[in-house]
Amino acid sequence: MTLDPKKKINIEKIMDNLANYRPRRKGWTWRKPIGPAQIGPFTYYQVSEPLKNSVPLPAAKYFGNIDPQPECVITTEIASGRFEDDIRRMRMAAWHGADHIMVIRTAGQSHFDGLIEGSPEGVGGVPITRKQIRATRKAIDLIEDEVGRPINFHSYVSGVAGPEVAVLFAEEGVNGAHQDPQYNVLYRNVNMIRSFVDAAVAKHLMAGVNMLQIDGAHNANATAREAWKVMPELLVQHGLNAVFSVKAGMKKENISLSTVPPTSTPAPCMRLDLPYAVAIRELFEEYKFRAQMNTKYMESCTREVTVTHVLNLLISRLTSADIQSTITPDEGRNVPWHYNNIHATNTAKQALIGMDGLMEMVDLKDEGYLRDTAREIKERAVLFLEEILEKGGYFNAVEDSFFVDSGYYPERNGDGISRKIDGGVGEGTVVERAEDYLAPVCDHFGYNNLPEGVEHACDLIGGCTLCNPEKIVYIDELDPEDNAAKRLEKTKDVRGDAGLIKPEVEWAGDGWVNTTLFLPTDERTAEVAALEVAKKMGLKNVEVIHKQMMHPSEGTLLEVKGQVEFTINPEDLVIPEPEEVLDDDEIRANIKEKPMRIVGATVGEDEHSVGMREVIDIKHGGIEKYGIQCTYLGTSVPIEKVVDAAIEVNAEAILISTIITHNDVHRTNMKKLHDLCVEKGIRDKVYLIAGGTQVTNEIAVECGMDAGFGRGTKGHHVASFIVKQRLDKAE
Amino acid sequence: MAQERRDDFQERRKHLAGLSEQELHRRFWELAEKIVDPLVELAKRNTSPSIERSVLLRMGLSSLEAKDLVQKIYEKDLLGRGAGHIVWRIAQEKGLGIREAGQALIEGKYWEDVERIFGGGDR
Repeated sequence: MTLDPKKKINIEKIMDNLANYRPRRKGWTWRKPIGPAQIGPFTYYQVSEPLKNSVPLPAAKYFGNIDPQPECVITTEIASGRFEDDIRRMRMAAWHGADHIMVIRTAGQSHFDGLIEGSPEGVGGVPITRKQIRATRKAIDLIEDEVGRPINFHSYVSGVAGPEVAVLFAEEGVNGAHQDPQYNVLYRNVNMIRSFVDAAVAKHLMAGVNMLQIDGAHNANATAREAWKVMPELLVQHGLNAVFSVKAGMKKENISLSTVPPTSTPAPCMRLDLPYAVAIRELFEEYKFRAQMNTKYMESCTREVTVTHVLNLLISRLTSADIQSTITPDEGRNVPWHYNNIHATNTAKQALIGMDGLMEMVDLKDEGYLRDTAREIKERAVLFLEEILEKGGYFNAVEDSFFVDSGYYPERNGDGISRKIDGGVGEGTVVERAEDYLAPVCDHFGYNNLPEGVEHACDLIGGCTLCNPEKIVYIDELDPEDNAAKRLEKTKDVRGDAGLIKPEVEWAGDGWVNTTLFLPTDERTAEVAALEVAKKMGLKNVEVIHKQMMHPSEGTLLEVKGQVEFTINPEDLVIPEPEEVLDDDEIRANIKEKPMRIVGATVGEDEHSVGMREVIDIKHGGIEKYGIQCTYLGTSVPIEKVVDAAIEVNAEAILISTIITHNDVHRTNMKKLHDLCVEKGIRDKVYLIAGGTQVTNEIAVECGMDAGFGRGTKGHHVASFIVKQRLDKAE
Repeated sequence: MAQERRDDFQERRKHLAGLSEQELHRRFWELAEKIVDPLVELAKRNTSPSIERSVLLRMGLSSLEAKDLVQKIYEKDLLGRGAGHIVWRIAQEKGLGIREAGQALIEGKYWEDVERIFGGGDR
């Protein structure tokens, strides 16, 4: 099975025969750096192998459609609740440059004591199950072949089923996972003894298949009341998880610290975030860095969020990032919409490529504020560790609410999170291993009383699932109603290549659309009025998802989402054939070979010159840029004068601009031009082209022109047309 | 109740002031190890229902089977011997495949053999 870029991914086929699917590889894959490398007209220093298929940034059309790929892995986080729809989102994200697909779990999965099976719908994420993983991994295999780059699949090994989830991930070729026992303790209130005992086994399993681990320290930043003050604690949390992971068997190169620039504008965030970024990278120089973006200060303005993230990306370039994570710009509003995964991926790609080779030109100062502050943060972290030991160790420190306190340690504000050693989910479930404790399987951490002479634990049972995947028991579905097949059945009208068309933002056929509107009134009135506007537009379940004061009384900008219930049948659409346009180089070469003159004018009683200038003027990317010699006669030019000028300069084409002022005067002007050219005997030597906001090709041809161009026409279109005509004639 | 404390960094840091950057880093890692070592020891010496389920999964039981069986073993206070251990011994004694033995135990079979081999609870 391979993907055809012209066809949608067939989800039913993906779900077919999952019982026999096996992952093609295990473990993490980094991008292959190729810098310095020549890509298009430029040399890049921090780039990796190009993609086979991709969508470049919008402005790439000015640079030969190059799509340079940064050297670091780029993450996109996906969480719609329906994996069958997430797969399409993953494909789109991969085409824009994401190669780390992080799937968020459904709410509550971390407290689920065991594995979930089947494909139930999730909330704020998907239930991570064997079926979901297999289907997703199988789809990602196809997608990575399509784009030509390995894609890392990632989820979470935490909660009270960590070791089982780690087995599942190791068996199914999940390439990376979050694992941090401190996260369970602090944010999921999992009993701390259980959390650490489980974590060691889970980490050892992850290490067995070279999975990349991301830790959870950044959550302290997202949780603490004054997030910029938790920097010493962040170093402590990273340090404890890193050491614990190494002792559980992980290689340092597979341990990635999840680090977030702690603050955001309007704070002077560079001054606060950069010293921290320097401190953490110096202290953890043997480890990898996953640069996460700030989520603590996200509001509903996607522009503001994007600027914050670009500032975060500047930190990545000023220091380093092995993995550049992205957060969708709409995460502050609701469950992220799929096209915002693409925007976020592009924000990272664009900023990283824009700052390519920055440090070849810039140095961070090794004395003064930056150095002193980095040092101070490290010292505060060391003091934090000292006091944990003074208190009698980690568990006591957690009980004493050392963590997530908003004070700048050693300052303490008394608002940290406190957990009891004998409290939390799973309390009292940890059991001491007896002297004859035995686990006849591979990659098991801790005491294991293997019989004498047995070197490979699973020899006792003729191989474990890690060595012999045939032994894995695949469960397809447990719930006859809540599953992907039922959901696909319900939405089959709007799926597939011939499906009905319905707007969507996360699920096929969800019907959501977003409307941007400005209302010239105050915020409170505007919010209520916007809902009424959206309802009158026919939208259902309307909700204001962004409002922003432009002025207290002059007006408010709003975005309103709502659902539509109709679908569009593509068979009912009349879609004009796309005009094939020659590329710039072809046009230029043709003109160079055989120079061309044209005359242009705005005709009739018309003083508009903007449209014609756009098409002609080199400054606006008009046809002059190809070397076409243009005689522009000005505005309100009589038709006779245009034709005379064309004869005088021996023009190959006449371009007129005309708008309707009264009585279809544009038609009259075009007909007159044609007739006059016939009369003067030049009609077969000159191409006649008319343009204007009301002109269409159909009308123009009807009126004797060779072509007509309407709104949105660029010089490129006109030049391409004339050159093509000339080429056709020559044949 | 959590304490509040003013920022006394300048006093506390006095013993760190003279350390080079490298020495400071080393101190950070030494302290982190001291904190983590007992946690690692704890993990080596103990197990949990999830860990034992992870063992049974690796032995080729389904997630549903692993859950049922670990629950039964936990209730009989035998988790510390290793759930996989128990399944393996019964499979050996009865000449069964591993999964078969696990399924038999879930159905309530062979528990008298388990008791004979492993004795009563170990807690």
